[in-house]
Amino acid sequence: MAIDLQVNGKSFSIEADPDTPLLWVIREELRLTGTKFGCGIGACGACSVHVDGEITRSCRIPVGSVAGKSVTTIEGIAAPNGTLHPVQQAWIDAQVPQCGYCQSGQIMAAVALIKKTGRPSPAHVDEAMTNICRCGTYPRIRMAILAATGQAAAARADS
Amino acid sequence: MGIKRRVFLIGGTALIGGGLFAVSWSERAATRRAAKLVAMDKAGVFQTWIRIAEDDTVTIFSPHVDIGQGSLTGLAQMAADELDADWSKVVLESAPVNVAFANAPLAKGFGGELLPFSIPPFLQGITGSTFAMIARNIPLQVTGGSSTVRATGQTGMRVAGAAARIALIATAAKRLGVPEGELTTVNSKVIHAKSGRSLRYGELAADAAEMTLVAEPKLKEAGDYRFIGKPIPRLDIPPKVDGSARYGMDVQLPDLRVATIMAAPVRGGKLDSVDAAPAMAIKGVEKVVKLDNAVAVIATGYWQALTGLRALSPKFSDGGHGALSSASIAAAQAAKMETDKPDNKSGHGDVPAALAASGLKLVEAKYAVPFIHHAMMEPFALTAHFKDGKLQLWGGVQDPLHSRKAAAEAAEISTDHVTFHPMIMGGAFGRRLPGFCEIIGQVVQIAKQTPYPVKLIWSREEEVQHGTYRPQASAHLKAALDKDGRIAGWTTDYAQSQDATRETRFVYDIPAFALRHYQFATNQHDGAWRSVNSNQNGFYSESFMDELAYAAGEDPYEFRRKHLRPGSRHLAVLDDVAKRSGWGTPLSTGRGRGIAMVESFNTIVAHVIEASVGNDGRPHAHKVWSSVDCGRVVNPDGGAAQIMGGIIMALSSCVDESITLDKGAVLQSNFHDYPLLKLAEAPDVDVHFLESDASMGGLGEPGVPPTAPALANAIFAATGKRIRQLPFRGQAKG
Repeated sequence: MAIDLQVNGKSFSIEADPDTPLLWVIREELRLTGTKFGCGIGACGACSVHVDGEITRSCRIPVGSVAGKSVTTIEGIAAPNGTLHPVQQAWIDAQVPQCGYCQSGQIMAAVALIKKTGRPSPAHVDEAMTNICRCGTYPRIRMAILAATGQAAAARADS
Repeated sequence: MGIKRRVFLIGGTALIGGGLFAVSWSERAATRRAAKLVAMDKAGVFQTWIRIAEDDTVTIFSPHVDIGQGSLTGLAQMAADELDADWSKVVLESAPVNVAFANAPLAKGFGGELLPFSIPPFLQGITGSTFAMIARNIPLQVTGGSSTVRATGQTGMRVAGAAARIALIATAAKRLGVPEGELTTVNSKVIHAKSGRSLRYGELAADAAEMTLVAEPKLKEAGDYRFIGKPIPRLDIPPKVDGSARYGMDVQLPDLRVATIMAAPVRGGKLDSVDAAPAMAIKGVEKVVKLDNAVAVIATGYWQALTGLRALSPKFSDGGHGALSSASIAAAQAAKMETDKPDNKSGHGDVPAALAASGLKLVEAKYAVPFIHHAMMEPFALTAHFKDGKLQLWGGVQDPLHSRKAAAEAAEISTDHVTFHPMIMGGAFGRRLPGFCEIIGQVVQIAKQTPYPVKLIWSREEEVQHGTYRPQASAHLKAALDKDGRIAGWTTDYAQSQDATRETRFVYDIPAFALRHYQFATNQHDGAWRSVNSNQNGFYSESFMDELAYAAGEDPYEFRRKHLRPGSRHLAVLDDVAKRSGWGTPLSTGRGRGIAMVESFNTIVAHVIEASVGNDGRPHAHKVWSSVDCGRVVNPDGGAAQIMGGIIMALSSCVDESITLDKGAVLQSNFHDYPLLKLAEAPDVDVHFLESDASMGGLGEPGVPPTAPALANAIFAATGKRIRQLPFRGQAKG
């Protein structure tokens, strides 16, 4: 059946079984491959996107349930002129990624956290950032989030 | 387009301890040398390429692949430093050695669809044939063993950069009519200070490429480095923050199909039977493929393939391994060490005599570690397409050339008819090394069943249950202390599949030491897990060293000091980490410090971990100090990230991770029962490099081995409980 959804500000009508996880529609139908497949059970967060602004693990949500909603992926957070989102820039400045595979999801989680809390405390960061990174970039993720929210001094003291 | 882009290629193939291939070698000479190469350790052969375009863009082609380690930027730093290049115009690319290099002149590979330029005619036959000889016979592009910077960088990149610079200077001297000695280089320019004239590398490149390169150019002294040793931002990071980086999982091709697979739950088992009908009833499913030991479903997309696979009820045999369990393995390993003779041994001194002397205090302890899984974040994904008798593959492996050969063998076609397109990898940690990538054989068989390109994706469940794990292993350590509290003799007996005798260096200065391996195989295909055998051996040795310190009534740091040579690099590293961590200063209640030092991959690493134990008995590492001597550090920021990452991955593994076998099959299946450490539990990590002129060591792996023992020692300091079995989990519960 046809499902209408908005992704990164564009409207799409997708022919798909409504039970198909949003992740696979994003990756295989819309070919936005920045959103990653990691576990398929919502445990790792590599597939994190925003649905109506809320952080969502797209491997566990049927595309049928996001009909009419607005989805944002890693490809949709930079400014229209291409300027990176401050969180993306902070990720580069702190040299966060190693293999990089989980980082789209990490960045989406961080953007959602900052939107919600403004200036997240280290405790907020610990609580909200539950995506898995096997390379062990966590200390730099923490530093980048604090730096992106004008808490660079705290970030340095923490490192 | 429309502008003819002239470029300049410099090829050098270097081997450790064997000199260097000059570019101008005749084919016969190349053949002779290649024959010699074939007899060498595969890790000893590398190739180096530098391209300089008219607009001064310098492209460094890395023979290694990006598994997340960041060392490719280090390679570019090394080549660009010797070349005196303008860093803002340095570009890094993976060498496309996958393409036709093995059977065709270089031009065919380079001039093909991958690179938008042609190469000077003089290079075509020569370098191509050198490549061809090597590529046909040995894996050339392996990324592993923490080798990229210390081997390829030192012997390949720096030499190629320096040789190219000499050719550019010679060309400029001719053009300006001045002696070479009056010329200097900086920022991709050759400068004649006397006359105030200068020439850009891009202007000189085409002519310089006509010259024969110096085989053994003089390399820079450390004081002259401009890029080496600097924390230059990694070149691969920008595409990793905007979703544009393309991994093997992300391959897109016209008419692409997706397959997923289920192998026999018991490794060694076979597929007995499967009724394809339930899968074929799922919309989008196109085919059920029966393999010798697995069943796969081809569909229009991953979800359709997975739904189809899950609808099946395949019957598998257990290969006779149905009685095997982790508990039975542990018991058998312990028994073997008591009853059998060792299969391999190394060490020095007369240990039995040392242990038999009178007046000694004997100490012994038994340790055990479980299978652990690599858990790279990107599950295996490999795309294959058969067309007109030729096979193309796309994906991320740690050795594309070897994988190409493996694919050719699986397809029963000539290697010349196989093209491998290497992609970056979402982690590897040893999982994607040659010989461990059974997905190659699988995807080749599956691709034979469809005219379309097909991407085989392993589900996370498949990934967890069919890993090439760090082996389950057991160890029995014995030592004797003399009346002064010095170690008189030490034996480490260990049982596991792999012999680690040559891999693990014992760093302490004691009169007698023996390392004895008892060969013990299971049905598992044991693999190389980041830091390989140094991992578990570091856990045994450095936990036991702590036990000996307490038995001697001494501080664990001071006790280690007494067994290290004065003035040694090891002592300097140990002292540095103790000083920086405030060793010996008071701690808050409930906290303890643990210290451990392991040398692996030619790098000495000591950690101090400050930890406490929760009410549930789980340890929590609050802070880690790490001191590292790897010789010289090419990129301190990238290097620190590797040590930090190694520590966090090791903490994850030793606190929570365990693959357990029951009835021959793996019990765990995904991150809910194979949990990895998350951000909230990640400690602050403070890395310090002690630079030395020692030969360069690796950084990708050496941060791992001291971690588990440092944490075990911290748990003991905090609670008085000695945990000798991994993972720690709640074992320290009061």
